[in-house]
Amino acid sequence: MELVAYAAFFLTMAMTYAIISLGLNVQWGQTGLFNVGIAGFVGLGAYVSAALTTPDAAERIGGFGLPIAVGWLAAVVAGGVLALGVGLLTLRMRSDYLAITTFGIAVALQLVFQNVESLTGGAFGMAFIPRPFAGLQGQAFAFNMVNLALTAAVVGAVYLLLEHLLRSPWGRALRAVREDEIAAQALGKNPVLLRLQAFALGGAIMALAGAVQAHFIGFIAPGNYLPMMTFQVWAMLIVGGSGNNRGAILGAVLVWAIWALSGALISEIFPAGQQARAASLQIVVIGVMLCVILLWRPQGILPEVRSVSRHLGRRTKDT
Amino acid sequence: MNPQAIIDGLVSGSTIGLGAIGLTLTYSILRFANFTHGDFLAWGAYLTLTVAGVLGGLAAGLGAPVYPFSFGWGLPLAILGGVVLTVALALGLDRILFGRLRARGADTIIIVMASFGASMALRSLLEFIFTAKPAYFTKALQIAKPLGLGMRATPDQLLVIGLTLVLVLALHLVVTHSATGRAMRAVSENPGLAGVYGIDVGKVVRVTWIIGAGMACIAGVMAGLLVQIRPYMGFDLLLPLFAAAILGGIGSIPGAMLGGLIIGLVEAFAVQIVGAEWRAAISFVILVLVLMLRPQGIFGQRGA
Amino acid sequence: MTALVLDDLRAGYDRDLPIVKGVSFTVTKGEAVCILGPNGAGKSTMIKAVAGLVPCFGGRVQLDGREITGLPSHELVRKGMGFVPQTENIFTRLSILENLQIAAQLLPRQDRARRIEAMLAMFPDLSSRPRELAGALSGGQRQMLAAARALLNEPQVLMLDEPSAGLSPKLVGQVFDTLRRISDTGVTLLLVEQNVRAALGLTDRALVLVDGQLAHDGPTVDLHDGKLLGELFLGHRAAETRA
Repeated sequence: MELVAYAAFFLTMAMTYAIISLGLNVQWGQTGLFNVGIAGFVGLGAYVSAALTTPDAAERIGGFGLPIAVGWLAAVVAGGVLALGVGLLTLRMRSDYLAITTFGIAVALQLVFQNVESLTGGAFGMAFIPRPFAGLQGQAFAFNMVNLALTAAVVGAVYLLLEHLLRSPWGRALRAVREDEIAAQALGKNPVLLRLQAFALGGAIMALAGAVQAHFIGFIAPGNYLPMMTFQVWAMLIVGGSGNNRGAILGAVLVWAIWALSGALISEIFPAGQQARAASLQIVVIGVMLCVILLWRPQGILPEVRSVSRHLGRRTKDT
Repeated sequence: MNPQAIIDGLVSGSTIGLGAIGLTLTYSILRFANFTHGDFLAWGAYLTLTVAGVLGGLAAGLGAPVYPFSFGWGLPLAILGGVVLTVALALGLDRILFGRLRARGADTIIIVMASFGASMALRSLLEFIFTAKPAYFTKALQIAKPLGLGMRATPDQLLVIGLTLVLVLALHLVVTHSATGRAMRAVSENPGLAGVYGIDVGKVVRVTWIIGAGMACIAGVMAGLLVQIRPYMGFDLLLPLFAAAILGGIGSIPGAMLGGLIIGLVEAFAVQIVGAEWRAAISFVILVLVLMLRPQGIFGQRGA
Repeated sequence: MTALVLDDLRAGYDRDLPIVKGVSFTVTKGEAVCILGPNGAGKSTMIKAVAGLVPCFGGRVQLDGREITGLPSHELVRKGMGFVPQTENIFTRLSILENLQIAAQLLPRQDRARRIEAMLAMFPDLSSRPRELAGALSGGQRQMLAAARALLNEPQVLMLDEPSAGLSPKLVGQVFDTLRRISDTGVTLLLVEQNVRAALGLTDRALVLVDGQLAHDGPTVDLHDGKLLGELFLGHRAAETRA
């Protein structure tokens, strides 16, 4: 029974990562935008939703006790708006400027989470975030199961939405811009506008994931949103197969499993004093894995259907 | 406003500028934003520390501080070793990772992503080997000497500023006046044409890594000498490095240095107003302002 | 004496879709050869492959009796191959002098200054302001600098990719006059040209490339009335419609 409860917990966490990974797939897989600040977008969603839904607390502003759904919605809006701002600033420029700027966004937001105590609770973070189906909390099994079902349902909804968009004229235009910007432009598509829309959509989905995760765990702190998270999500999408939504979900479950198992292994093998140190080996392994996949199987486990991404193969050249 | 901020800003700005030189060179010649560059600073500091430890074991006298500095002859010797090892690290990484992706014709952004993955791995490897506990080049304490106008500086700090200026001037002369520098500028404009002109682009790439990683190592040692050595020191410097390189104009060595000094000075003054806990956000604000107002930077040659 | 030999050369950007599909020909020393063909026939790709800028998938290239297939472009320069690309063929952010200095770097130290002087003497347009940025030069002057840079290394074979592209008729005349002077000094010339009329006046022999293969090899005079050329180009189109 305990094992099943743990499995449910594990899968729920994996599902929250799958949402982030789907959001990244819109930005990277479909559009080719490199976001190095995923943790910032996820954290923003978590904090916005938490500030709106937690009960009133004396030590900080916020705590409106609003329904969870309102929190999630606000997270989506906040993530979308932030992505829109970043996109407006950088999408006209070289692709790596977006990378550098998103990296900076994550650093800056991390500082906000850490330092604006009156809003975020500072280093201690925010607790008492209302959990869905809190009435069931007494029955661990049922509680875990309904939460897993809810999170999986969010993944399913995001997946269906994205698949629908992918097949829509908008999705086709997006891929056209990614494959051949000049040709797409000649057909009357506005590449900057399309990229901006995709980046905002991806940012909104990431923030939603942050809110879902925060409400599942019930507690957030700045330490949850370190660059490590960005890095894990990248590994998830690249392993699973960028451009493929099912690959994004599969990669999330797989990399999260590798992460959890290697963590368990480390706590078995290494003495308590050495565990923090050994944990850094986990990151080394994921970092090497990311590089190895980029070198030898850039398309990931489930490659993109339809067309091969321009980013992964040879550049097309004129004769 | 405390005038001491000028000294503090110049000192940290020197480190940032020296580090940003490698970043701006790899950006303009290899054409990608290298996220591992910050980790070259950290590895440079730890490798130098290791060499210094070995040297100290061989000859104890090398560790004794040389007046008026806080360190002995061992450190300059160790830096030589550290530079060689950091360069080897950068060349090795280029051979097994970046070079292969380039040869395959991978898109720039894939190489940026690989550098991001490698950066995580390198940093965590440092943490595994040396633990997260800060390390120091010297235990000696230095008294800051008054310079007038309410400013004080330690001899180490003045040495850092002076050494940086000498290095930057030398590098600038090499790039503007030597055959190697001409070849570097040529490759940065058009690598394909460089081959047609008879330039060995592979050699220019290696020279770029040698200069970039060498400067990164020295910058890392300076940061370690003035503050402390931590596995995350390079990561924490990454945003200031990028901001300095972009502010100065990608590809410009004087630009990177000037950008570094500006970032260092603005940080030092801004911290007095907004508090030290916001230090890391200051270079982000500068970066955003540059991208909004002058994306090609101070010495930028073309719109990015 | 042969200067350049292509033997069943296959080249392109993608191994599965070669653009040059088995081309063989021999160029004798001192010859001036032009390569003609419809758009997309693979002319440019072929000389880029010979110059080491496009991967070769099969066949061989020999320069002056030595095998040079697949060598990187910078090594080919040392072996006596001069190549002038069609566009972006000079470093615009370097000075005129620096452009020449880069090429001179391959020469023995004592010869460098002399060769640069010789090139500046040959192209008076360049010698008036050698320290100016090459980006400030006009289209015709850029072609001159590009040619001067390639000639500086005294190549066995000089290959040019559409030297007349984008130039006014008057400038085309100037550029081709210069090329004739170069050819007269005994340098082997190989040029890809769309401007058939200009090329016919300069070269003794014409190769016609259609769909990545050699469709004609003969004296340039045969193509003077344009009839044969039209048939070669059109024959290709007819074959395409049949397939």
